[in-house]
Amino acid sequence: MDAFLSLLHGFDVLLTFNNLFYMVLGILFGVLLGFLPGVGGANGIAILLPLTFSMDKTTAIIMLAAIYWGALFGGCISAILFNIPGEPWSVATTFDGHPLAKQGRAGEALTASLTSSFIGALIATLVLTFLAPIVANFALDFGPPEYFAVYLLTFCSFVGMGRQSPFKVLSAMMLGFAFAAVGTDEVTGGVRLTFGTETLLTGFHFLIAVIGLFGIGEILVTIEHGLNFEGQKAKINPLVVWETWKKLPQYWVTIIRGTAVGVWLGVTPGGATPASFMSYGLAKRFSKNGDKFGTGELEGVVAPETAAHSAGTSALLPMLTLGIPGSPTAAVLLGGLLIWGLQPGPLLFVEQKDFVWGLIASIYLGNLVGLVIVLSTVPLWASIMRVPFSIIAPIVIVVCAIGSYTLSNAPADLIFMVMFGVIGYLFKKLNYPLAPMVLAIVLGGRAENAFRQSMIGAQGDLSVFWSNGLVGTITALSMVMLFWPLIHWLYQRLR
Amino acid sequence: MRTKKLGIAFAAVLSTAFAGWSASVQAWEPTKTVEFIVPAGIGGGAGQMAQLIQGVIQKHKLMPTSMVVISKKGGSGAEGFLYVKHAKGDPHKIIITLSNLFTTPMATGSPFSWQDYTPIAMMALDEFVFWVNAKTPYMTPNEYIKAVKAAGGKMKMGGTGSKQEDQIITAAVEQITGAKFTYVPYSGGGTVCTQLVGGHIDSSVNNPVECVGHWRAGSVRPLCVFDENKMPYPDKIAGDKSWEDVPTCKSQGLDIEYLMLRGIMTAPGVSQDAVDYYIGVLKKVRETPEWKEYMKKGAFNQSFMTGAEFKQWLAKTAERHHALMEKAGFLKK
Amino acid sequence: MNIAVAIALMVVASIVMIASYRLGSGWAKDVGPDSGYFPFYIGLIMFISSGLTLVQSIIGGRRDARVSFIARDQLFRVLQVLVPMTIFVVLSITIGIYISTFLFMSFFMIWHGRYPLYKTLPIAIAVPIVLFIVFEVWFLVPLPKGPFEAWLGY
Repeated sequence: MDAFLSLLHGFDVLLTFNNLFYMVLGILFGVLLGFLPGVGGANGIAILLPLTFSMDKTTAIIMLAAIYWGALFGGCISAILFNIPGEPWSVATTFDGHPLAKQGRAGEALTASLTSSFIGALIATLVLTFLAPIVANFALDFGPPEYFAVYLLTFCSFVGMGRQSPFKVLSAMMLGFAFAAVGTDEVTGGVRLTFGTETLLTGFHFLIAVIGLFGIGEILVTIEHGLNFEGQKAKINPLVVWETWKKLPQYWVTIIRGTAVGVWLGVTPGGATPASFMSYGLAKRFSKNGDKFGTGELEGVVAPETAAHSAGTSALLPMLTLGIPGSPTAAVLLGGLLIWGLQPGPLLFVEQKDFVWGLIASIYLGNLVGLVIVLSTVPLWASIMRVPFSIIAPIVIVVCAIGSYTLSNAPADLIFMVMFGVIGYLFKKLNYPLAPMVLAIVLGGRAENAFRQSMIGAQGDLSVFWSNGLVGTITALSMVMLFWPLIHWLYQRLR
Repeated sequence: MRTKKLGIAFAAVLSTAFAGWSASVQAWEPTKTVEFIVPAGIGGGAGQMAQLIQGVIQKHKLMPTSMVVISKKGGSGAEGFLYVKHAKGDPHKIIITLSNLFTTPMATGSPFSWQDYTPIAMMALDEFVFWVNAKTPYMTPNEYIKAVKAAGGKMKMGGTGSKQEDQIITAAVEQITGAKFTYVPYSGGGTVCTQLVGGHIDSSVNNPVECVGHWRAGSVRPLCVFDENKMPYPDKIAGDKSWEDVPTCKSQGLDIEYLMLRGIMTAPGVSQDAVDYYIGVLKKVRETPEWKEYMKKGAFNQSFMTGAEFKQWLAKTAERHHALMEKAGFLKK
Repeated sequence: MNIAVAIALMVVASIVMIASYRLGSGWAKDVGPDSGYFPFYIGLIMFISSGLTLVQSIIGGRRDARVSFIARDQLFRVLQVLVPMTIFVVLSITIGIYISTFLFMSFFMIWHGRYPLYKTLPIAIAVPIVLFIVFEVWFLVPLPKGPFEAWLGY
């Protein structure tokens, strides 16, 4: 009951006109930020952070958190409508979200993704409210071997999917790893695969790859069939929200699984990106309709979105109590905390009650208000699909270019974007799967670093990956997932 | 005669024009958004300081134009440094430096050097503290080093990045004591301290601000600070301990001093007037309560230097890094 | 097409392998894999799998032909977007993104959309202005600029 009283206190702190005003402002701003690829929630918060120093610190964090929620919501809008994921954890949403939009079901896809992200965030916040003291220290158990095991589990629950030639899957995935390897090698501090150029020092930013492969590639594929978004003459149905809601309860297993994966990876903090991929992979493997994933299944939107948002939300816990940022946005917020004179750490919950509970209360309210705002604009967003192709396509290309450029103000990134666009087009034409490639680009570097940190720590002894119960369990799960088709087959035979 | 007169008149006009021009230059002010480059992650120490400076400047309206903080951390910071290096003569780009100003070109051969930039000011120096997990019995560096020696290279030292300040300090400790660590590189200082709390590494050399939360919660213990003097902050932090109570490593028989530059520079070939303008602004920043509070939180060494003094310091520090890295074998062959 | 891409991937794989090998692709006793260890095997796997794809598409060429064949008119349409896009990107870098956006929008609407000038111009002018307000003014994100913007004082 203690937590409940504290939460009430939090709402008390929150419910001033000033705080609510900044919250709504933050959400609107965040939706716009998330919608534009490349700007993203982290940059938005970084830009606004200084402006908030003159505010009351609780108001400031509430507004910044609101931007964060808004950006999460906004990110899935561009992922679904234009196949451009603005953040790494929206990538998995495009797999089924964009096909839905192309079938003229953008409204449904948007409603499903926004609603399920709300549910994911809500459950994660409940965990945050009532179980914070218990789960707060989970993250401490995570050393390099555990991180690697989580990444391994993500890869394993994702491979072996799809009907493509296994050689093409392998080639695409390896190409992704190769792209991820370019640039500075974090473990030795040296550079690799840059071929002596300055431009490649930083490697390929995953977002440029994704904008190119998905956004630009999609436009090229579309144009091949003539000058219109195929079948996107969507009817705008004001009741689409209600009708989609009626369909959602049947996916309750996926929702619970997604949230569980998300909360687990949020507090540990594996992060929202592996959570969304893992949840999508698991849903595909265990759902009745698993075969149809990738062609426009609502369930394929629900799975990654619940996981991404519950992970994003619960990642705030290790940030507050341990000072570990679970996401780039959390990292910026962390910087803000320090500047406001708040020291993240185990004592923050004790010493800064107003601040912490005000923030938690604002997560509830911010998500709810955010959901209402974005859902009420769903028909508006969906109607963007009706803008003629010859107007919307150049705008999308320009916005993609801006997104690529703003990441690091590097002109070369624009060239890379076009290059990735061509790769995306060719791969799509030739049935090379893009999903494993993007997964490799996004997580390849982190997985390699975790592996090598483990090896350094264990002095080259591979047994470190089953040296204790935690890491052993995750590794074993990965193996189960990897050999699932075989296990499944054996199981059927034995029956 | 006529031509001579005309010549004089012309010269007069020219000189007044010149005077007017130089006067306007002297009062140099930014005319467009100033880009504040961080050659590291936004969440880290340099990024935080850049954001604080930006915030203070905007809050107190110390500059007529706005300022944006841009993180360019690729290639151990080379991305940011090269970006500013290529913006020759552009006073609207400033960069906050950390030790990678020296270490990155030495370790990776990236084509830049501290001499490429126009130094503005040293804002502060960041301290390094030797930390262990509070559950371990080691109260002094000596006890810990003894244990490290006994373990024969199995004890893990965590740090940020590779061949950068944390590993340089680790190498220096190894050289002085003869102990051997296994150095594990992580991506950020905050992570390192949490890994220490979780017992995945045995010690770290984190900056004060990165570990202070865990110290207060009683999960890590500072052994000593790698500075000549103790940190002059007497406020109680963990129980009855303050930063001032942390002994210097030198007094504990570990004769190593290492401080990290938190300085600000601008592009090559920027005029002295622009540099003077920024020095003026930064001096005002240092007077604000926000800045002072931040210095106290992070237990910074508040040295401030500009001009020739700063340049000398830079030259000396660059030499020192070269020597340290050469000894540790971190120089690019 | 299939064959060409498979060969291209094998070339990329070889480059990756050579570069990683030079970097050191061993497994050191105490520190585990070296910088080039993973990239080397990544390259190797890619080389083998692309090689198998190549063999497959040569042998079973007919079965695959349907997907791998890009019709000439399709290619033409794709190039109609790809070429202007490349020009747009190069122009953005050299003369700034605002002017390029204007040119690109106009081109696209007139060439592909067959819109009359009086409909094209307002949109082509409005888009860069909106971009300017959103990015440069609200979000303080500097976009690529050229002489025209410098002349206007930015």
